[in-house]
Amino acid sequence: MADTEFSILDPFSAVDLGLAESADGVKQWAIANRALIQPVKKFFNEMIVGIDTALNAVPPLIMLALLVLIAWQAAGRRVAILVGVSMVALGFLSPNAWGLAMTTLAIVVSAVVMSFIIGLPLGVLAGKNDRFEAAIRPVLDTMQTIPAFVYLVPVVMLIGIGNVSGVIVTVIFALPPLIRLTSLGIRGVNASVVEAARAFGASPRQILFKVELPLATPTILAGVNQTIMLSLSMVVIASMISVKGLGNEVLRAMGRLDAGKALVGGLGIVILAIVLDRITQGMGQSGRERGHRHWWQGGPVGAVLRLTGKA
Amino acid sequence: MTTQADEAVIDCRNLWKIFGRRADEAMKAVQERGLGKLEVRDRFDCVVGVQDATFSVGRGEIFCIMGLSGSGKSTLIRHVNRLIEPTSGQLFIEGQDVNQLSAKDLREVRAEKIGMVFQNMALMPHRTVLENVSFSQEVRGHDPKERRDNAMRAIDAVDLNGWDQKYPDELSGGMQQRVGLARAIAADPSILLMDEPFSALDPLIRRQLQDKFMSLSAEMKKTTLFITHDLDEAIRIGDRIAIMKDGALVQVGTPEDIVTNPADDYVADFVAGISKLELISAAKIMTPVEQYEQMNGPANKDGWPEAHPGQSLDDLVNLSVQTQHPVLVKADGRTIGVVTKNALLRGIQGDVADAAGLKH
Repeated sequence: MADTEFSILDPFSAVDLGLAESADGVKQWAIANRALIQPVKKFFNEMIVGIDTALNAVPPLIMLALLVLIAWQAAGRRVAILVGVSMVALGFLSPNAWGLAMTTLAIVVSAVVMSFIIGLPLGVLAGKNDRFEAAIRPVLDTMQTIPAFVYLVPVVMLIGIGNVSGVIVTVIFALPPLIRLTSLGIRGVNASVVEAARAFGASPRQILFKVELPLATPTILAGVNQTIMLSLSMVVIASMISVKGLGNEVLRAMGRLDAGKALVGGLGIVILAIVLDRITQGMGQSGRERGHRHWWQGGPVGAVLRLTGKA
Repeated sequence: MTTQADEAVIDCRNLWKIFGRRADEAMKAVQERGLGKLEVRDRFDCVVGVQDATFSVGRGEIFCIMGLSGSGKSTLIRHVNRLIEPTSGQLFIEGQDVNQLSAKDLREVRAEKIGMVFQNMALMPHRTVLENVSFSQEVRGHDPKERRDNAMRAIDAVDLNGWDQKYPDELSGGMQQRVGLARAIAADPSILLMDEPFSALDPLIRRQLQDKFMSLSAEMKKTTLFITHDLDEAIRIGDRIAIMKDGALVQVGTPEDIVTNPADDYVADFVAGISKLELISAAKIMTPVEQYEQMNGPANKDGWPEAHPGQSLDDLVNLSVQTQHPVLVKADGRTIGVVTKNALLRGIQGDVADAAGLKH
């Protein structure tokens, strides 16, 4: 409170604009509007739990095989082997490591899907409109640099602890690179190709979907890759608001000075990061860089097609 | 002029394009006070791209616009399909004011009526040759089989059969530009806009593509606006040529007109290095037969080689080297003029007035 006498040499200690108190109003508002917030929260929570349950319902070996196949298709044989070895190592870290990893994967998948739904349109808009880009840039800078604990509190106040808050906090941190790289990708599309599309009668919408987005895809996928990496780096912080998974192991290990548990959680997160990174990086590369014309001509799909004599 | 304005397919009237934030003010100042290009630049910080361009292109005609880089020719051609909006003036396509079209109608005109070929090809790298060529029909939502058939016909016309499933980066530069040409003609538009289509290619390939284009053009009879910075190319291809300098059309005429009758020093400089062998006809350099007989007296013309008035200097040289005699120019079986060896030599230098004996 401003109870000290005003001094011209130290004006700051005497003036209180009440910024911190007004932030408290958020809490009152959240309590008053509980009925509005809770159903929305419940819906998203059930979605996240659903993904979690589904991932955990698949027997680990089948999941492992699926991941290897996806990696093979998206990024080639070498990445598939790396993914297979990494996931086996993850499974042997501790008896419950696989289940925790799947829970973390569910949170990451939810956060990345949300980021994509929000980030892609904003990124396209920023790529097309200089003014919007200029306006959104400081917001993105803030989202990336503001310490997570600062928004952890209001988010928890508004929504309460749990998966949904965890995903929101993760999205705030992981969204900016997707928007930035989508904008960069759209801006990087050769202007003369866009002009040619206009000259042949394409509408702005057709130009976006038939020319700009396809040509910006590698850059956008680099953004998705960054978003995934940042999401994974948030799992420990998210576990502070009662999000389960590998992050929670690390948090509990810290509390008990349990080096073994910390190692399991930490290594688990790293392995998951490597696996997701390699797969998404492979997607960003076009199939033609790996020597085949269309994506279905390589990987397991290509192998099946060749075996059945369709290609 | 070979065409009347009323049957013009492309009709461009007093078109101005000024670039810059204060373009409208600058335009007004130009119209009211007749400001020059440099004054506009200094006072309004605007650049004049096109100044007062008026021309028309008749159906089936190939109209070349020749100018150096920065002369505004690429800006001018982009007004035809309104990729650039004019600051002032009008442009009609088959009687329709392009700048009055709604966005939807404009897209239809661009897709159905106009095909465009770009200097840098501007093919879509993520689409196969076939998908590139059928693009304009795809955006119009035409039936897939029909657009495939049309595209394959266009690919066939530019001799690229068998390449339809390849991607542009698997093709050489010359082949890529043939894809560009196929894309432009696939929807069978009535107008072709060629923006320096062959400039980025090496000379041999350029020559081949010019030949390909001319044979296609003779077959399809499309109204063509052809931009080039190469006068040889303009002369080879164009029915008429417009010379453009600093955004203005300096001279419009047939290749022969431009070469034999340059409007100013700028054009004269341009045409100085051009070979006249194919351009100048016998009619331009012959001495009328009466004048010839006045000067040399009646002569026994037995055994003199004969040519018709439209034959080029190249042909006359071939006729002339076989004999000591001058060449007779005959039209409808009647001798109308004589080309002496001196006149022929002057003609090769491009000095038509002297060649025709008027300075004797």
